[in-house]
Amino acid sequence: MSKLNNPSKIYLAFVFIVLYAPIFYLIFYSFNSGGTMSGFEDFTLEHYAAVFNDTRLIIILLNTVIIALLSSFISTVIGVLGAIGIVFLRNRKTRSAVLSLNNILIVSPDVIIGASFLILFTLVGVKLGFASVLISHIAFSIPIVVIMVLPKLMELSSSLIDAASDLGASKRDILTRVIIPYIKPGIFAGFFLALTYSLDDFAVTFFVTGNGFATLSVEIYSMARTGITLTINALSALIFIITLALVVGYYVFNQRSRQIAETRGGQS
Amino acid sequence: MENSSKRPIYLLPYYLWIALFVITPIALVAYFSFFDLSGNLTLENYRNFFTSVYLRMTLSSFWYAFLITLFSILIAYPTAYLLTKTKHKQLWLLLIIIPSWINLLLKTYAFIGIFGLYGPANQFLEFLGIGQQQILFTDFSFVFVSVYIFIPFMILPIFNSLDKLNPALIDASRDLGASSWTTFRRIIFPLAIGGVKSGVQAVFIPALSLFMITRLIAGNKVITLGTAIEQQFLVTQNWGMGSTIAVFLILFMFIIMMLTGQRDKGGTTNVKTK
Repeated sequence: MSKLNNPSKIYLAFVFIVLYAPIFYLIFYSFNSGGTMSGFEDFTLEHYAAVFNDTRLIIILLNTVIIALLSSFISTVIGVLGAIGIVFLRNRKTRSAVLSLNNILIVSPDVIIGASFLILFTLVGVKLGFASVLISHIAFSIPIVVIMVLPKLMELSSSLIDAASDLGASKRDILTRVIIPYIKPGIFAGFFLALTYSLDDFAVTFFVTGNGFATLSVEIYSMARTGITLTINALSALIFIITLALVVGYYVFNQRSRQIAETRGGQS
Repeated sequence: MENSSKRPIYLLPYYLWIALFVITPIALVAYFSFFDLSGNLTLENYRNFFTSVYLRMTLSSFWYAFLITLFSILIAYPTAYLLTKTKHKQLWLLLIIIPSWINLLLKTYAFIGIFGLYGPANQFLEFLGIGQQQILFTDFSFVFVSVYIFIPFMILPIFNSLDKLNPALIDASRDLGASSWTTFRRIIFPLAIGGVKSGVQAVFIPALSLFMITRLIAGNKVITLGTAIEQQFLVTQNWGMGSTIAVFLILFMFIIMMLTGQRDKGGTTNVKTK
């Protein structure tokens, strides 16, 4: 392995600094007692207090989390069942057709998803608000779960299932005691990705949210359009820490489950 | 498995999802593109799209998407290449990815401050003696912020394909007397082109359809296809015209997918790229 020379190190350092600078810039000014993002006056926590005192903001925060958890849970259930169904499709052509349909929502631009869902909800008569946002989030998370679960299912050798059914396991037993435990890492990865997609989404939500309901992204957008409020900075610092904790937690979880898998069966 | 002819009941929600949220929405967009504001069946929207206003907008949208993609590649390629050479490369890669998990709006919002009249960017320019400039609400700031947002999605696939490269090939090329540049041009680049293609896919299509960054950073100076769709749907309430632009955006999407399509299905690379 060749060592990096100095110019390369400087280049990499530069990229990392540029990537992180805006985030730390936001967090730094969240402690500014002056009202702007330039000219640091004094250290203060008043903007954090403002976040926690703003009931409207807290409700929006709760909405966002509830939507994220509910939508990723439901989409994981539907997506896992869908992925199992896809794997058991015998016909190659049908299978690849279903897979292409599955991937359409992953590659479609958010504006298209948002606009077409808006038409759909208006025609069907779903009131824009919590329900429409939740349904949209479930809809765009399902294909992500399928994509994350599918590779694990492909790995699962069919002799395991045959063995289970030879030993008298019912279909339900095969699903809950053989398939699900085996693809668990994929399910968690899918759930986690769906969660972050939902928390991160702006464009789709923006289209289907209507007037009375907002998620965090939509709220930040309307706050940012009116100018700079350091409440957003304080909020972003909190979000950054939560994101970091989630990512690190997921990383550790992944490493550990990989280690367990390795020690358990290196012979596959 | 023995009763594959019978439709298993547990697949029902998934198929319902495909029918309701994949096929129906696209069909609805296509259907609505044939109606004008007062609900008459017409080709007017398509005629409108081919007028100079919309054609110029489409061209400029493509131009900006091209610039954003180009700069992303120029910055991401060396980064990905150098990352494959570091010791704990998975950890470094994770550090590259973390910023992409921070809410998009927050990162964009940060640049409102950074590029603002009294922000650090202007302070730096003043320090250099250039003096205060209007940076926010220009196309420069739009391209810069977009590249910033998309960079991780370009680095990731390029890193993956460079990392899969067999180092023996590079050694062989060097042993046979090729210079570093020739090795890169004839060995590394062609073998890792798949990563670049996935990266282009992950950046170009979203860059065509951005609308939040154009509003917040470019101050309506830049109009992309995405901005136009949002405008038609949510401001003018002209769903017909909005759907027509959406139809073209979908068409462009398929063309780009075909141009950057790959034989091996490495489909998972562009998850988390919206």
